[in-house]
Amino acid sequence: MADKQQSGGETPKIELRNVTKRFGPKVVLDGLSLTVPRGKSLVVIGGSGTGKSVMLKCVLGILHPDKGDIFVDGENVLKMSAADREQTLRKFGMLFQGSALFDSLSVWQNVAFGLIQGRKMKRAQAKDIAYAKLAKVGLGPEVGVLYPAELSGGMQKRVALARAIASDPEIIFFDEPTTGLDPIMADVINDLIVASVKDLGATALSITHDMASARKIADEIAMIYKGKIIWKGPRAEIDSSGNDFVDQFIHGRADGPIKMEVLKP
Amino acid sequence: MNFFAIIGRVVLALFGETGRLALFTWSSVSHIVRPPFFGRLLGQQMMRIGYFSLPVVALTAFFTGGALALQIYYGGNKINSENIVATIVALGITRELGPVLGGLMVAGRVSAAIAAELGTMRVTEQIDALTTLSTNPFKYLVVPRLVAAVITLPLLVLIADIIGIMGGFVVGSASLHFNSGVYVTNTVNFLKATDVTNGLIKAAVFGFIIALMGCFHGFNSKGGAQGVGRATTNAVVTASILILASNYVMTSLLFAK
Ligand SMILES: Nc1ncnc2c1ncn2[C@@H]1O[C@H](COP(=O)(O)OP(=O)(O)OP(=O)(O)O)[C@@H](O)[C@H]1O
Ligand SMILES: [Mg+2]
Repeated sequence: MADKQQSGGETPKIELRNVTKRFGPKVVLDGLSLTVPRGKSLVVIGGSGTGKSVMLKCVLGILHPDKGDIFVDGENVLKMSAADREQTLRKFGMLFQGSALFDSLSVWQNVAFGLIQGRKMKRAQAKDIAYAKLAKVGLGPEVGVLYPAELSGGMQKRVALARAIASDPEIIFFDEPTTGLDPIMADVINDLIVASVKDLGATALSITHDMASARKIADEIAMIYKGKIIWKGPRAEIDSSGNDFVDQFIHGRADGPIKMEVLKP
Repeated sequence: MNFFAIIGRVVLALFGETGRLALFTWSSVSHIVRPPFFGRLLGQQMMRIGYFSLPVVALTAFFTGGALALQIYYGGNKINSENIVATIVALGITRELGPVLGGLMVAGRVSAAIAAELGTMRVTEQIDALTTLSTNPFKYLVVPRLVAAVITLPLLVLIADIIGIMGGFVVGSASLHFNSGVYVTNTVNFLKATDVTNGLIKAAVFGFIIALMGCFHGFNSKGGAQGVGRATTNAVVTASILILASNYVMTSLLFAK
């Protein structure tokens, strides 16, 4: 049966199987396969422009893969009706790379958005939850009435994090949660992610270039290169992966099997 | 490149764009009738599209009515111009100029604003964020704007009709020294209800075009500030052209005897 997964043992929370996505002639995902076990935190590392964000957007249905299958809780989301798909999307929370806050709404309205518009919760109740989530990410009530444009980048990231966890999702995606933050704020965000995942008992799929962050929030780490997963293993094994690509990446060396396409003068 | 290859590419691109527009239109319309509905947003958009367009539409109508009266007077038979000016101004404004000029002015204002707003939301991933917050972007962004424009454009044009005829009346009685009583009588006697209602039907269609073009180009914008700028220009240009073309078609259907 193609629509269901073969269930040998426990079904993974998310599974991508041979996912291919191209933009024009450019192949971004090239038969990518990846599984995220239930209740675990998987971090995907990889260079800029290797298709990490595209991978998340394919799972969320924002982009449509050209080939392959994507399963959430054993159901093939690419073969679902639109209504079922919307239902499945309710399990997700997403922290966008650029925060993607609604600039016409105040901070608390941003955080409460999924509750009010998506779940039809009463405004007053949603507002209370929004302020509670803001407190969780270390933002006081005075921030709630500001607009996103009035916040620093780090505060925007925290608001976006509060919005991603506002509806207590089963699955959370974090797209480069610490990029552009100072090391201390980055660590604060890492702690917040670990805490939110633990509190909610959620499954997390994160993307980062920041190895300190990866080591902190990951149960497992996978590396993406040229649209494929080339290595995956427990966090403890990242330093002894025996994979030249992984070694080059985690030590940040210019020499190695990964060649950056930089034009020499 | 080969000449035929260029032609072929342009034609294919045109078909591709038309197909995408057709799909977009279908998704938008099909979401109008399916719940959930966002009433608060509809009210907000009616204010922004309708109410705030009033000054610009009113001024356009007033000066157009006045200029029309002058032209008919200069060009027509001066002896019985008193009869002709009033009727032609009334027919010209309600059947053509009110809807078309009103539509074009609102296209410049509203299509551009919608395309810029949704375009910015697209390139900053705010539209993607809607999806992840269990909110359908078509229902939340497109439907309120479409419905608001289809409702408010006829109202705007009705007001434009009245003010345009008033513009003709002011010029007629103040500068051409017509008898104002006769002017009013002529206007009322020659104007039929269908002249006005057909003009309002046109206005509703123009409202649909204006909001649809703004939303379509905004949704499909890509690549930062420049892309948003391009979307805005394209929205105004395509909305204006579609208004003029559909006006011709509707005139030939609605007013044919
Ligand atoms: N909507 C799109 N249209 C065309 N090309 C796209 C689109 N989205 C992404 N791409 C291309 O796909 C490639 C991968 O993009 P992606 O955003 O997934 O990179 P990434 O791995 O997240 O990089 P970064 O770490 O810099 O965020 C890029 O080369 C990009 O140009
Ligand atoms: Mg990215």
